[in-house]
Amino acid sequence: MSKRVLIADDEPNIVMSLEFLMQRAGYQVQVAGNGEDALRMATDGHPDLMLLDVMLPKMSGYEVCQKVRADPGCGNVRIIMLTAKGRDTEVAKGLAIGADAYVTKPFSTKDLLAQVKQILGEGE
Amino acid sequence: MKDKLKFAAFLAAWMALSVATIGAMGAVVWSSFNAEQKAAVGDALISQIGLIIILGVLVVAGLGFILQALFNVYIAPPKRLAEGTQVIVTANPSHRVQPEGSAELKALAGVINALAERYEAMQQDVEAKISEAKRTVEEEKDRLAALMSELTQSVIVCNLEGRILLYNAMARQLLSRSGETPSAGLVGLGRSIFGIIDRSLVSHGLETLHDRLGAGGSRPVAQFVATTTAGQLIRAQMAPVISGAGEITGYVLILDDIRRSVEVSSRRDQLLQSLTEGSRSALANIRAAVETLQGFPDMEPARQRRFIQVIGEEVHGMSQRLDEVVNQHADTLKTQWPLEDMLGGDLVAAARRRIERRVGIPTKADEVESPLWLKVDSYSLIQSLTYLASRLHEEFLVREVRFRLTTSGRHAQLDLGWTGATLSSQTILSWEDEPMILGGEASPLTLKDVMERHGGEIWFQVEKASHRSYFRLLLPLTQPEEAAFPLAAAHDSRPEYYDFDLFSQPGQTPELDNRKLSELTYTVFDTETTGLEPSNGDEIISVGAVRIVNNRLLQQEAFDQLVDPRRKMSKESIKITGIEPAMLEGQPTIDKVLPAFHRFCEDTVLVAHNAAFDMRFLQLKENTTGIRFSQPVLDTLLLSAVIHPNLNSHKLEAIAERLGVNVLGRHTALGDAFVTGEVFLKMVPLLAERGIVTLKDAREAAQKTYYARIDY
Repeated sequence: MSKRVLIADDEPNIVMSLEFLMQRAGYQVQVAGNGEDALRMATDGHPDLMLLDVMLPKMSGYEVCQKVRADPGCGNVRIIMLTAKGRDTEVAKGLAIGADAYVTKPFSTKDLLAQVKQILGEGE
Repeated sequence: MKDKLKFAAFLAAWMALSVATIGAMGAVVWSSFNAEQKAAVGDALISQIGLIIILGVLVVAGLGFILQALFNVYIAPPKRLAEGTQVIVTANPSHRVQPEGSAELKALAGVINALAERYEAMQQDVEAKISEAKRTVEEEKDRLAALMSELTQSVIVCNLEGRILLYNAMARQLLSRSGETPSAGLVGLGRSIFGIIDRSLVSHGLETLHDRLGAGGSRPVAQFVATTTAGQLIRAQMAPVISGAGEITGYVLILDDIRRSVEVSSRRDQLLQSLTEGSRSALANIRAAVETLQGFPDMEPARQRRFIQVIGEEVHGMSQRLDEVVNQHADTLKTQWPLEDMLGGDLVAAARRRIERRVGIPTKADEVESPLWLKVDSYSLIQSLTYLASRLHEEFLVREVRFRLTTSGRHAQLDLGWTGATLSSQTILSWEDEPMILGGEASPLTLKDVMERHGGEIWFQVEKASHRSYFRLLLPLTQPEEAAFPLAAAHDSRPEYYDFDLFSQPGQTPELDNRKLSELTYTVFDTETTGLEPSNGDEIISVGAVRIVNNRLLQQEAFDQLVDPRRKMSKESIKITGIEPAMLEGQPTIDKVLPAFHRFCEDTVLVAHNAAFDMRFLQLKENTTGIRFSQPVLDTLLLSAVIHPNLNSHKLEAIAERLGVNVLGRHTALGDAFVTGEVFLKMVPLLAERGIVTLKDAREAAQKTYYARIDY
């Protein structure tokens, strides 16, 4: 069964690319447009991986990440945080509160895909 | 002269007594005669009357001469000797007494002269030493003052109470450059620095100095950034004034106006940030779309078109954003605060002390890496830590907090930890976003602001194994810089504004009444008005004031402000004051001027001529402005009546003439204030001669005079 990826980002223009990319890579894709939806879909659906933007409406990506990590049912959800802010303090914060990887925008789609595969244990 | 009179009187009495005695003896003998004897003796006497009179005169004169000779030898010389010695002791040590009179007296005079010789030599020696010491002190003072005036930095020296002992022209210029209310001379000798800079910031700086001095720092310097009461952003470098005993007795502040530089760099930062971070998303979208198009050429045309549309949209959006950024970045500025270099250990120690004192819970330092230099605004950071500790204590009953400070790459991790209670992200979020309140004082900043100011981050973490929770603060590290004190070369320029005697002056506020008039700080003021009847709507059109500190009228520290009375001026008033209605247009109104004047007068005794009149105008404004002048008031008119109760005129000109004060610029508020001030200074010693020494004495004496009963 193909793995499931939850994309949490409020910008349709990036969601379009990410969605297409993940589908072509053979994943089942779900999309959440804000932090609350993202948290609900993560705790209900237990996706294998979240692409989680930091700047989300309603609830920040950090908070979503911390709450997902606090939910014992979501132990296997991998999280890659995406951010438009490139400061290393934020990278440190993201990793400290439980993100598996932290990717700064703009990123190479190829690298992102490679990272997703690696985190899901499918890397070459 | 007096002695001669006395002698003459004595002589006259002596002679009268002699004549009376002889007369009495004659009378007794006469009364024992019978009638015949009386007739015979009477005839005999009358026949010899000429001889008797001559003999009588000769006897009296002879006695007189003998007495005079005795007086000249035994009475007058010792008196002269005493006076001469008095002259040596009190007035002129080089005076010598004349040896005269008896041999014993001459010997005594010789000894006195020898003693005077010794005394004079000693006196000269002492005086030489004193003047030498004085000269050195004066030279040092002048050198220091010249140095100050050459400095391009603004310098203010204060004692521990925060009273200003010295300032240079640059400091005055810097701090009076306020766009705010008129000529409020905030910088002045004896004034409180807390009128310019927030008290808590200065205390924080002093605390830092104490700590660094205690830790063995040889030249400790504290830095902080403050918004002045006039709204300027200044950076202050603070260095202690250390007494011979190693105690801090005051401090030197070097001030820089950094608003401009902060604005410029902040604007640049803002621009940079919006151009980098603001473009990241858009670039990410474009790049993803482009790479997808490139990577999947087999994509169906409809989807391809949508990707190309995304690229178009994003590129368009970016161009627009660029324009907006360039146009608007100046309006969306957030002040960026310069940070100071601080040893991590110092920060932790200061935070622990503050928490223990303010929150009242014990603290511990688990691990503090050293030396570890941080680039921080220690004031707001310690405030934040205290704030966190206080909320943890109040809302989660945390009874102890622990600190840990370690490096991690380019940052320092400062952990504030505790055992037990974990926090929900909701709680953390609200703590971050709410203005920090500490001991009832609300800070304008939130925790988030403080972290942003540091370019740092804060988050909450739980150490599962040990059940320990902590806030981790990621803070910027720095290389330590030697905070050097700038010095400039000395020049022969004239002294500036200083009064080191203030170092030993106790606080002005309590028990003013029992302080000596010569020790107090005064604001001498005068007002010009539209007319003489405040209760009929007459208004103040001009306020002038000068300060007296340590018995000196400070010319530089004047308050001079025209006031828009918002009503017509009487013709007499225009004539007397020389102030034309046109001059008052655009001037501030009284409700703007009084607060500034009130601050100018803070902590001083008010002095005015015919003070009741001026005070009446001020008091009538109490309700509308909410400003009360509750200081003690002295009136030179009443004091003049105390000094010269028998003279009729106590007009300012008359008093000034009597006391030898030059009258210049009368009937301008500032001019009259100057004259009144000079007059008052002359009055202080005259009052002292009448036993009026303290403020209380003066107020009571003034109340008792006749004039005090006149009601204006």
